[in-house]
This record gives sequence, structure tokens and C-alpha cells, in this order.
Amino acid sequence: MTEPRPTVRSAAAATGLTGAQAIIRTLEALGVDVIFGIPGGTILPTYDPLYSSSIRHILVRHEQGAGHAATGYAASSGRVGVCLATSGPGATNLITALADANIDSVPLLAITGQVGAKAIGTDAFQEADIVGATMPLTKHSFLVKEASQIAAAISAAYHIAHTGRPGPVLVDITKSAQNELTDWAWPAKMELPGYNPVTKPRAKQVELAAAALRQAKRPVILAGGGIIRAGAGRDLVRLADQSGAPVVITLMSVGSIPDDHPANLGMGGMHGTVPAVAALQQADVILAIGSRFDDRLTGQLDSFAPGAKIIHADIDPAEIGKNVEVSIPIVGDAALVLADLNQQVAAWETKPAYTNWWKHLNDLRERYPAGYAQPSDGRLAPQLVIERLSALTAPDAIFVAGVGQHQMWAQQFLDISGGRRLLNSGGLGTMGYAVPAAMGAQVANPDRQVWAVDGDGCFQMTGHELVTCALNNIPVKVALINNSSLGMVRQWQTLFYGQRYSNTDLHTGDDTAMIPDFVKLAEAYGCAALRCTEARQIDEVIQQAGVITDRPVLIDFQVSRDAQVWPMIAGGASNNTIEYARGLAPTFERDEF
Amino acid sequence: MATHTLSVLVENKPGVLTRVAALFARRGFNINSLAVGPTEHPAISRITAVVDVEDHPLEQVTKQLNKLINVLKVVELDGLEGSVQRDLLLVKVEADAASRGQVTQIAELFRAHIVDVSAETLIIEVTGTDSKLSALLTLLEPYGIRELVKSGTVGIGRGAKRITDRALERALE
Repeated sequence: MTEPRPTVRSAAAATGLTGAQAIIRTLEALGVDVIFGIPGGTILPTYDPLYSSSIRHILVRHEQGAGHAATGYAASSGRVGVCLATSGPGATNLITALADANIDSVPLLAITGQVGAKAIGTDAFQEADIVGATMPLTKHSFLVKEASQIAAAISAAYHIAHTGRPGPVLVDITKSAQNELTDWAWPAKMELPGYNPVTKPRAKQVELAAAALRQAKRPVILAGGGIIRAGAGRDLVRLADQSGAPVVITLMSVGSIPDDHPANLGMGGMHGTVPAVAALQQADVILAIGSRFDDRLTGQLDSFAPGAKIIHADIDPAEIGKNVEVSIPIVGDAALVLADLNQQVAAWETKPAYTNWWKHLNDLRERYPAGYAQPSDGRLAPQLVIERLSALTAPDAIFVAGVGQHQMWAQQFLDISGGRRLLNSGGLGTMGYAVPAAMGAQVANPDRQVWAVDGDGCFQMTGHELVTCALNNIPVKVALINNSSLGMVRQWQTLFYGQRYSNTDLHTGDDTAMIPDFVKLAEAYGCAALRCTEARQIDEVIQQAGVITDRPVLIDFQVSRDAQVWPMIAGGASNNTIEYARGLAPTFERDEF
Repeated sequence: MATHTLSVLVENKPGVLTRVAALFARRGFNINSLAVGPTEHPAISRITAVVDVEDHPLEQVTKQLNKLINVLKVVELDGLEGSVQRDLLLVKVEADAASRGQVTQIAELFRAHIVDVSAETLIIEVTGTDSKLSALLTLLEPYGIRELVKSGTVGIGRGAKRITDRALERALE
């Protein structure tokens, strides 16, 4: 469950509205304050009443940008993000963003125009069956062919998007419905007889979970992104403090427990910390809350956490038992589950100390701390750039990562405390997420610094949305970790394909053709732009960027292309095969504790 | 693998069957048969799906179906002791003057009906369990089967209980 809008106002009924007016009235009544979108033929009627509405519309340059911006807005605020597009290509351009929001459980309302009801099925101009196309990629979708259904459909879509497990909901509205006259009343009657998400966990299950945790010798709390969506970070910290059990986080739960909290072992999975990966592998009880047990976390499933009894709490019953066998299932909202668990744990008369377990984990922490090698080519270490970025920004700054090496370094080297501060495309791994999602986050948080930590490959997919930022007073900052290549793919080519660098060179380094020159490009987009090639300049450019508030700013950090993300578990391999650095496998055998 | 029969109550709305069928395909569940039709309530349709899965994936199928907004209820029907499950078969069999009598006799043994006659063929209509229909077809095979069409299985639990109660109430709110 995400936070509802501050106000869902009551509104006076009206007669003789066009469907388009009904759309805007419904959105206003729902408390929608911002829409990201682009007009076009079949959504034109709706853009007319939007023109005089109190809702702020931000005209993006590509519909994918509208979708990710709505996602960034939602993921940073907990409120529903809204995007608007026309039929056909406008709608299909939204699909990547919808799929992204779906797998990462982001509450989104997407409204698309559709050809007139009579033209449906005739392969009309700009007709695409977007409801059919997005069925597997959205939480739900509606096709609206009559104006009288508009208020109910949008209300239902909005309700579905932010309740239960959040997700994107699409409402496809024919142009004929937008033009028809209808009566409008508020609140609209929603009919959702098949939708009854369970949020309150069963007391019995929570008791069983608490008892298992208490009896454990080697417990781990696995905190998933559901905790962020539920805004339950404080409850997680309380559980860790009260129970004394260590916490492993995932990419989607960064900040739920502060990075510097003593119970936080760091992220598990493919690029997780050695203590976090070892803790999961060696645990006797894993208490997972709001996590999907994604393959990037578990590695090869058969050898994942072989000795662990798994307690799995999730708001989506279908996640429980999907990937791993679960001993104690709990269906419920992460906030309510954590509250009930805390109540149980508070009643413990004696606290288990897990002494040997902590001794072992602390020893791993000491032996395998986060670190990185200085590049041998003399170019910037990307990890250093991100460390300095973390050190020089306000503690409430929001970071939005792209996908790839820089994303993993952002997770590893940004010091994050508090939820919704590091936004990621976790499940879909959407290159191009960062700039538009940062735009959305900045719109939702106008008084905070928002930094996109992007790569040179990712940036070239959606960087044009800086135009939207420049023209709409959305002063995002972009730290471009420019290694002149598709870095993560290149890393795999280095490790697994005999250094055959097939199609990963992007020629954006200052020792290459340098096309494009990102500084010139950003300037052309109306942004301030800086370049950093030497370590001694890092602090200066970050500080310079920090004081620019009247337009977006991009820093082109020219980093080494040979820097790699470590630790690493090869794709599909067992988590036991984690390497701390290339060829260096840590030892964490059982007999050590 | 074991065969399971699911009764899925859904809202009677456009696109719902697509959602259900697509879900089976997307999650890699094998469907043996799928039948959909109206129920005693105009707002509710009922899908009978026969799936070949182990118990664990069956639980996933059920949970994923329940996640669909338009799905009202998913019930696994008990085996043939606890439920009545029937297929409908229409089969066009070669039957001329010489063989017509024998084919008709076989049909009668299975309480099947002859619903069309031509000089060369008969159409036989029969309902029953999958195994009954297979037995009939085995006997008809030697005469020559020209064409055959079968419905998906439809099923209903035995006894006084109905599965529609709660869903109906909710839908009618």
C-alpha cells in the first residue's frame, strides 16, 4: 500500500460534460497535480480541458520519458504517477515504462487515447491494441468506449494502482468517448468485485515467524523493496534493533535501513557484499519481507541458502513460494507485518544475542570491506566519483541510477539513509531510466537536489528529456559516468568472452572520436555542462553543479573503461562462487563459526 | 504430472478470457482444455480449465489467476468422485447402408444420439467423461472417422454446495 493523495476532494456533480472534460475532472477530483505526456490525434479532445485545468502538464519529448517520469514521481513520493499519450505509437512508446513499473511495483496511472469506437478493429490510422499489448505488463487495464464509464474506470484504475501490491494501470479511452456528452458525479462508483487485496497479516503466522526468529542461531532479515513502497523503513530498523538480527538489503530496498546502521550487512546477490551473500547462504532462518527472491539475489536457485528455513511476508500471495520454498508464509502489507512482528519481538523476555553469528559476520566485514582498485590507465575511478558525490550532497538528496556498472557503483558507494532516496530500475533493468525518472523525482520534490547517476550508453537512450527539464524549470543534475562503452556488457566480455569487445565501444571518451561531446550536447539542450577528467577536479565540479539551480546541469566524468564491479557472482552461478575481486574467492566456510 | 480441473468464476466482461488464456501461456502452464460459458448470474462467467501440473505449480496457477482483477474465485474441483465432469463430442463417422446398423448399435451402447444421417455418414453426439469418449472413438475408428469436434471439459461439484455464493454477493453489491 502506498500513501494516498493528501486529499481526495468531494466535487459537485455536473451535467453535459464532454468525456474529455470528465477525464480532467476525474483526475482533479483524485488530487492529481502533475501529468507527464504528449498530445496527438486521439487524445486531442482531452488536451483541451487540460489547458485550463489546475493540473500541471509537463510536455515530454518521447512517451517513454513520460512513463519513467511518472515512475520517478511515484517512486520518490509514494503517490500515483500519471502519464498521458495518444493512440498507436504514443501508446506503444509507453510500454517499456509500464513494464518497468510493473516489475518494480510502482503505482502508475497511464491514460491513452484510442481511435473512435466505430474504427476499432479496422486498422485505422494510429490504431494499436494497447490493452491487448500491455495485458502481461500492467497490473490491470481498461478499454473505455463510452463517456459515461470514464469516471468509474479512472477511479478504479487509480485505486488498483496504489492499493495492494502497487503497479501500473492503463486506461485506454476512445476518441468518440472523449467527444460524447455525459453526466459526471463524484465519487464515481467503482465495481471491483474480484479485487480485495489482503493487507493485515494473520496473527498466527506472525507469531510463528517471531518464534522462528527467536529460536534461530543464524537469522537474517531480508528487506525487500516492499518495505520502501510501504514506507516502513523505521519499522524495519526497529525490528533489527529489537531482535538483534542482521539485515540484508536488495537493490530496491536501499535506504530502508541506513547504510551505516550496524545491523545492515549490505546488499545480497550478484554484486552484493561478501557478508550479505555469505549470511544468506549460511543462515538457518531467513525472514524475507517484500522481496521477490529475484534471480539476481538468489543466483542458482538449487544452491541458494541451503540450510535456511524461509519465512516470506509479501502483500502479493503469488510471490510466496514462487521461486523458493517457504516454511512460514505471511500475506500482508510490509508496514503492518513489521508492526506486528515488532509487537511480538518487544514481548521477548530475553533477547537472543546470536553471538557466534555476529562474530562470524563482523569478521567477514573486516576481511572483505567495500573497496576498489585504482585504474591503471590513469583515468578517473568511477567509484571515487560516486563516493565524492555522496560526500558532497545534502543528506536528503535523491539519486536516480541508470542501469549497468554505474548503477551498481551507485548502490555500493552512495551512502543512503532513508527510503525513496535511491531510485532504480531493478527488475526490468531499463537503460534510459535515469534522466526521465530523475525529472519525475525532481517534480515531486522541488526543494531537494535530484541527481541522475547515468552511464554514457543509458544517457543516449533518453537524455533528450533534459530539454523538457530545461524548459520546465526542473533543475535535475546528471553525473555522467562516461566510460565510453556499454560498461557492464564490456565487463562480461572481459570476464567471459575472452576480451572480445563485440559492439560495446561507444566512442564518447575524450581519447576517442568523442561523439557525442556530452558537454556540447547538454549545452544545446539548455543545460549547464561541466567536464571532469582528473581526480583533483571532482569536488570542484560537484560543488559547482550543486549551486546551479536555474537549469539542469550535466557533469561528464571521463572515467576508466577498465573499472569493474566487484564483488560478483557470475550469471546463473551459485552464490557460493562469489568473487571478491577477479579470481579472489572469499572463504566463509561453515566450520569458521 | 497430475490432471487438475479448475473452476474459475470471472466477471462477464470483454477480454477476460484473453487474460486467463494469456496468463496460462505466459507462465508456462499447460492447459488440456478450456471451456467458458455463462452461469446462473448474468454478470458472471465460468471457465473450466483442465491443467496438467504438479501440486506446486498448481498453487502458482491458482494464485496468479486470483491476481487477475476480473477473476472472482478459483476452485479446484475434486476428482470424479466429488464432481461431475463432462465433455461433448460430435463425430462424423463413415456409415453406408451396410455398416449403418452396427455404428448405430455402438452409439446406443454409449447412450449417444444420432443427430444427422447422410448416405455415407452419421453424426453422433455424445457427452461423457474423457475416458468414455475415448472408448467410443476406439470402437468407431475401424468404420472411418471423417471429422471430429470436442468441447472442453465442463465440471461442477457434487452435493448441495455452490461455489458462486460469495462471488455472487460481491458482484451484486
